[in-house]
Amino acid sequence: MASVIHIMERYEAGSGLKKALAMSRTDVIRQIRESGIRGRGGAGFPTAVKWNLCAVAQSPKKFIVCNADEGEPGTFKDRLLLTERPEVLLDGITIGGYAIGARLGVIYLRAEYAYMKPGLEAALAARRENKLLGKKVLGKDFDFDIEIRMGAGAYVCGEETALIESLEGSRGEPRNRPPYPVNTGLVGAPTAVNNVETLIACAQILVKGPDWFKKLGTDVSTGSKLLSISGDCRRPGVYEVGFGTSLKDILKLVEGEGAKAVQVGGASGRTVPAKQFGRKLGFEDLATGGSVIVIGPQRDMLGVAENFLEFFVEESCGQCTPCREGNPKLLEGVRLLKRGKCSVGYLRELQNLGRTMQAASKCGLGQSSANAFLDITEHFRSEILGRVPATKE
Amino acid sequence: MPEKKATSPKPQASSEKSSHVAPGGTAPTSEKPMTITAGKAGDIGGLVSVKIDDIDIKVPFGTTILEAAKTVGIRIPTLCYHEDLCLAGVCRICVVEVSKQRTLQTACTFPVTEPVTVSTTSQRVRQSRRHVLDLLLSKHYGECYSCFRNNNCELQALAKEYGVDFFRFGHPDKPRFEIDRSSYSVVRDMNKCVLCRRCVRTCIDLQSVGVLTAAHRSDKTKIETFLDRPLADVICINCGQCINRCPTGALRAKDPSDEIWAAIDDPKKHVVMQTAPSPRAAMGEEFDLPPGTSVTQEMNTAIRRAGFDMVFDTNTTADLTIIEEGTELLTRLYKALVKKEEAFVPQFTSCSPGWVKFIEHFYPEWLPHVSSCKSPQQMFGALIKSYYAQKQNIDPADIVSVSLMPCSAKKFEANRPEMRSTGFKDVDFGLTTREMAQMIKEAGVDLPHMPKTHFDLPFGDASGAGLIFGASGGVMEAAIRTVIEVVTGLKAEQVFTDANVIPVRGFEGVKYMEIKVPQTGPMLDLFKPLIKKGRLGKDWTWLNGATLKVAVAHGTANARKVMEDIKAGGKFAGCHFIEFMACPGGCIGGGGQPIPTSPSIRAARAKAIYAEDMGLALRKSHENPHVIKLYEEFLTDGPCGEQSHKYLHTHYTPRGDYLV
Repeated sequence: MASVIHIMERYEAGSGLKKALAMSRTDVIRQIRESGIRGRGGAGFPTAVKWNLCAVAQSPKKFIVCNADEGEPGTFKDRLLLTERPEVLLDGITIGGYAIGARLGVIYLRAEYAYMKPGLEAALAARRENKLLGKKVLGKDFDFDIEIRMGAGAYVCGEETALIESLEGSRGEPRNRPPYPVNTGLVGAPTAVNNVETLIACAQILVKGPDWFKKLGTDVSTGSKLLSISGDCRRPGVYEVGFGTSLKDILKLVEGEGAKAVQVGGASGRTVPAKQFGRKLGFEDLATGGSVIVIGPQRDMLGVAENFLEFFVEESCGQCTPCREGNPKLLEGVRLLKRGKCSVGYLRELQNLGRTMQAASKCGLGQSSANAFLDITEHFRSEILGRVPATKE
Repeated sequence: MPEKKATSPKPQASSEKSSHVAPGGTAPTSEKPMTITAGKAGDIGGLVSVKIDDIDIKVPFGTTILEAAKTVGIRIPTLCYHEDLCLAGVCRICVVEVSKQRTLQTACTFPVTEPVTVSTTSQRVRQSRRHVLDLLLSKHYGECYSCFRNNNCELQALAKEYGVDFFRFGHPDKPRFEIDRSSYSVVRDMNKCVLCRRCVRTCIDLQSVGVLTAAHRSDKTKIETFLDRPLADVICINCGQCINRCPTGALRAKDPSDEIWAAIDDPKKHVVMQTAPSPRAAMGEEFDLPPGTSVTQEMNTAIRRAGFDMVFDTNTTADLTIIEEGTELLTRLYKALVKKEEAFVPQFTSCSPGWVKFIEHFYPEWLPHVSSCKSPQQMFGALIKSYYAQKQNIDPADIVSVSLMPCSAKKFEANRPEMRSTGFKDVDFGLTTREMAQMIKEAGVDLPHMPKTHFDLPFGDASGAGLIFGASGGVMEAAIRTVIEVVTGLKAEQVFTDANVIPVRGFEGVKYMEIKVPQTGPMLDLFKPLIKKGRLGKDWTWLNGATLKVAVAHGTANARKVMEDIKAGGKFAGCHFIEFMACPGGCIGGGGQPIPTSPSIRAARAKAIYAEDMGLALRKSHENPHVIKLYEEFLTDGPCGEQSHKYLHTHYTPRGDYLV
């Protein structure tokens, strides 16, 4: 079986932090670097590089932010981590804070996860009691605390700069990059924004070492990945697999064989047709923040595209032209296709528009919102073209 | 912390934006100027190599690609970018390829901090720009023919530049939004809005007012006021700076020209024009002359040919303002320094109706500091329908008083209920420079080739002091020229070279100056009534050796800075007189001036005004013979007397968050 238990292994609260505080900050980052871990949110930026940039930035104030705004359609693995492994996460945030020189960590919690807040607050209170937070953490010369801030339901606030805007009390809209948050983040101070899973993995790495972490995964994508698998399969749920696992193996795992496509990375991810099920999860091929949606043979691929695009038309922040105006155009195109009213020429134009959106949008939302449309119109051409208009028009 | 601004030098107003919380909320950080914290301090101030379209150049660390490209003559199109504003990077028209970057980057925001290779013309770039334009046009409703920005529209120009030959993604065939005509000053037509957010940034950052914001998300995004209320129902100060920065026709001033044409065509009506100092330095731009071309006397002819019966110079009442406001200042100082009574010093100027509305809303408790003098426009209007009407034996009911102003707020001011000292509206219509140019064109008059003619009397031949009211610092300089002469008995030229008060000039956001009163001179007869009332002493000795402290702020963001400093008891609280102008650069940068505007355009206009001042023989308000005559014939109880108070002074409304 492809499923593993790796970062979900048992963890003694405070153990990673104890080890980290016994090391220099540079050594903590070195451990993380040696593990080769890359961001689990989906973009895959090397965590050690991010922490190092923050650590070397000259600023009296620095922050570490845990991105718990798990909003990608089909992603629910952070929900599990936040409820089952809060201690590891809080250790991870504290370790990261120590590594970069922050005194405050912030958990940006998805609005829909508000029910978790009391539990997390209780965990924070207990940690303060146990000297795992507060002045002189574990008796060392390190003051650190963690605050929980609630999101308000905007998908775009999962984008790190929009998240920071939201934290500052502004409308959640992505910023121009550069400068990057490691440089100019929360209230202008260097800020490391890390995914829940990344921080948990980092805590585990501190305890068990980089080599333990690298036991799984590939050279480029080390370690394991939590997946939230849903859709047309018999055993949906959260799975942990090593990077490098093929879609075929995953489908076997969740009993979703016979799928005609798999959506890897949620609405903003890639639509992989059956003929490419040999492709593997990993930053070198199919990157994912965790969402894997199995699309069964009975599904209408235009319905899939329409569903995703409706989502983006709802969730675009409306700031930049390609995303704000492009998504409605793609959605309109899908609806034309459904009615057999989209010319091949206009479809080509819309595909080009999709590429423009990928290239010219301001943030990851706009840059990825056309992915599914482009994949579906490329791989399922025969399915989507030449539809007969519904009789009642 | 080593920090470097990655943006180009900006006027003071925009560089200070983050220091306050605007009432509309803080500016989103994406709309704040970018700061780069460098990894190595050595990078700062160094030069970085950039290769743009195979041209190698070196630019200072932090220069944006847009600025770098400009230096080698490469044009990158822009839309949401504006020299006066912080960076937004939202329209995406300026995207370019940058080495090591997966996606295209906006040239306006991308700072060069390490050697990069840039392509501004790749297929991907061209296609993206074209798509961005197509998408904007798919939402932009309006016919170019019927738009006041026809031939002066940035979207239209880009469509031409990129050869838009059809609407690839459609074009709206009906409006989605009702046009908001509620304000006396600004009309908003959101059907033409392309969501560049320049107006939002102008309102929040440049003006620190914040009545406009981006509301809703995605394709429902719309620039709105608070709760989408009509502009007349929010705390807009009517400055019109948003109009000057709108790339399309979504924002415009409320145009009264139809009513003015009707008055011109009515033989019973005596249509009188007064022209403010700064339109004459900008009007030429509407006729394709370079910024800074003074067209004062050509304009006089053109306005007459358009059908106005009289063309007067508002500078006359600017001179009058100096006498009244200067006197008011001296009486306040006398009250404070000699009688030791509360006199509300510093005194604030009241010429700028945008500023007046600003202080009414945001600092209502400081209104007693605002000079009770009406603005020159309103003083003029009151005199036209009283003094002038009597003199000419015209029924004031038949006089239509029009003002040519660089300003949209003047329209609101003319409609203030308190501005009816003759029983009629002091000023019937405020026209902007743009609207006047339109009327002149419509009249078939080729302004640049008009013969030069003088203003009509008795409100012509005003002083250079009145003229420089048009530029930031001008009111202060005019006041200083007069007050210094009146108090010391010296000639202004003995105190300031050529009577030019350089420290109050220029575009620094807030200017400060101290002037020592070197001696005191004899008391003018003009002030006798005030001495009788005990509002001034028999002589000026109480000012001997005093240091007069003055300040000048332009752009209401800078005004807010000064006000906050005063509230905190800072340096400006110790001032005696402060000039506030709502618009960046003063009136030459007013919301009614030709579009576009930029720091260099405003500088050129200011230069024209100061040059014209230098060329005049009469350069001090108190020497204006028409003003002197006015006190002899009409305002017989002198400056700040009862007659003067009836016609030339006003009161204010502490509005706070309310409209009235």
